[in-house]
Amino acid sequence: MAKILIPTPLRQYAEKNNSVEVSGSTVGEALANLTTQFPDLRKNLYNDEGKLRSFVNVYVNDEDIRYLQKDATAIADGDTISIVPSIAGGRC
Amino acid sequence: MLTQEEVSRYSRHLIMPEVGVAGQEKLKAAKVLLIGTGGLGAPVAMYLAAAGVGTIGLVDFDVVDVSNLQRQVIHGTKDIGKKKIDSAEETMRDINPLIKMIKHEVALSSANALEILKDYDIIADGTDNFPTRFLINDACVLLNKPNVYASIFRFEGQATIFAAEGGPCYRCLYPEPPPPGLVPSCAEGGVLGILPGVVGLLQATEVVKLILGAGEPLIGRLLLYDALAMKFRELKLRKNPECLCATGQVKLIDYEQFCGIPKQPEPPPMSAEISPKEVKALIDAKENFVLIDVREPHEFQIGRIPTSTLIPLGDLPKKVAELDPAANYVLHCKMGGRSAKGCDVLRQAGFKNVRNMTGGISAWSDQVDPSVPKY
Repeated sequence: MAKILIPTPLRQYAEKNNSVEVSGSTVGEALANLTTQFPDLRKNLYNDEGKLRSFVNVYVNDEDIRYLQKDATAIADGDTISIVPSIAGGRC
Repeated sequence: MLTQEEVSRYSRHLIMPEVGVAGQEKLKAAKVLLIGTGGLGAPVAMYLAAAGVGTIGLVDFDVVDVSNLQRQVIHGTKDIGKKKIDSAEETMRDINPLIKMIKHEVALSSANALEILKDYDIIADGTDNFPTRFLINDACVLLNKPNVYASIFRFEGQATIFAAEGGPCYRCLYPEPPPPGLVPSCAEGGVLGILPGVVGLLQATEVVKLILGAGEPLIGRLLLYDALAMKFRELKLRKNPECLCATGQVKLIDYEQFCGIPKQPEPPPMSAEISPKEVKALIDAKENFVLIDVREPHEFQIGRIPTSTLIPLGDLPKKVAELDPAANYVLHCKMGGRSAKGCDVLRQAGFKNVRNMTGGISAWSDQVDPSVPKY
């Protein structure tokens, strides 16, 4: 099982959870399991073509999966997957 | 050269070998531009002024509002209605009269950004919207100036340095902005008042380190802060070889359009909107309609319209099955944005008589019942 950290803006689509334990041997499988459990997350994470949206990055531990094997990046028990969306607040 | 007055003022810096006279002279010679004098800009401006950064530029065009004071500590109650840039200058002047301040009372745009940024050594981005963040990034890439970046949302903050020599830029991290509406703004999502204090001072720390050339700058690292968990995490940021900054294709564009924000917002069909006064008339006439409040429960507690039913926007898709598609509906939220999305949810489910209360409960407070608090 790996732990997926859900960022504040997306918690409303994941029944307010800040982290979820999921099974899966790759990042793609883990995220698929996550969005099966919380279907509302899907459209916030993926575009209509099923690709990860470009304002959302996914990290395994401290490394961006775009520089690993993307969705096929292997995960081991105890790994932490972080979903990091862009946020813009500051002046408001 | 430091004056005697400066030696006295900065003595706690001068006795540390990591700063010393040489470091303080670097601070004095430095020119830093702060874009935004709000939540993040407030602590950055105050501490950089206190630290003796010689020239501080401020960019803002906003006016101090009472709802700013929960976090924008550079402004006070006496400043309500004043230009933020003037109020910020006054506070900074009081903290440290020895520094030079330059006020840019404009909205940063593709037309003026390069001209404003070019005279500064370091830029600190404390803005609150995606178009300006992409604009600042691109201008910093073009001018080869480090962008000390931070952003906040509710209980979370992000900080890093973009566009430093050899380092990644904002586009390396996020090539594109989110479509409008998908990521809530602070005004809609809220922000813990203390949060920008912590995150803004991370930003100020990095500015000072860059000036001094001390320590390990936050380049190529994204620092994430979660106030509720009281945890800091660090993620690696890499320069994306396919990024516009790597291929030399950065140019200033129409950022509003890039972020999908229509030039003139298209007015919704008249039949889709209803004013608070008209809603009040419906209630008084005991017309048969359902008033749905799509805000969050904690907002509902602040103030509500007595006949309304609370169904938070996120729960609406699940609740559609329990609603009668033949009934008449009016939806409202705080300002009208979320309820417009709620109306779309109902219409897509085949509901025919769905209207959005223009301006939300905020407009209700203005036009119908001032006893409902605005927030």
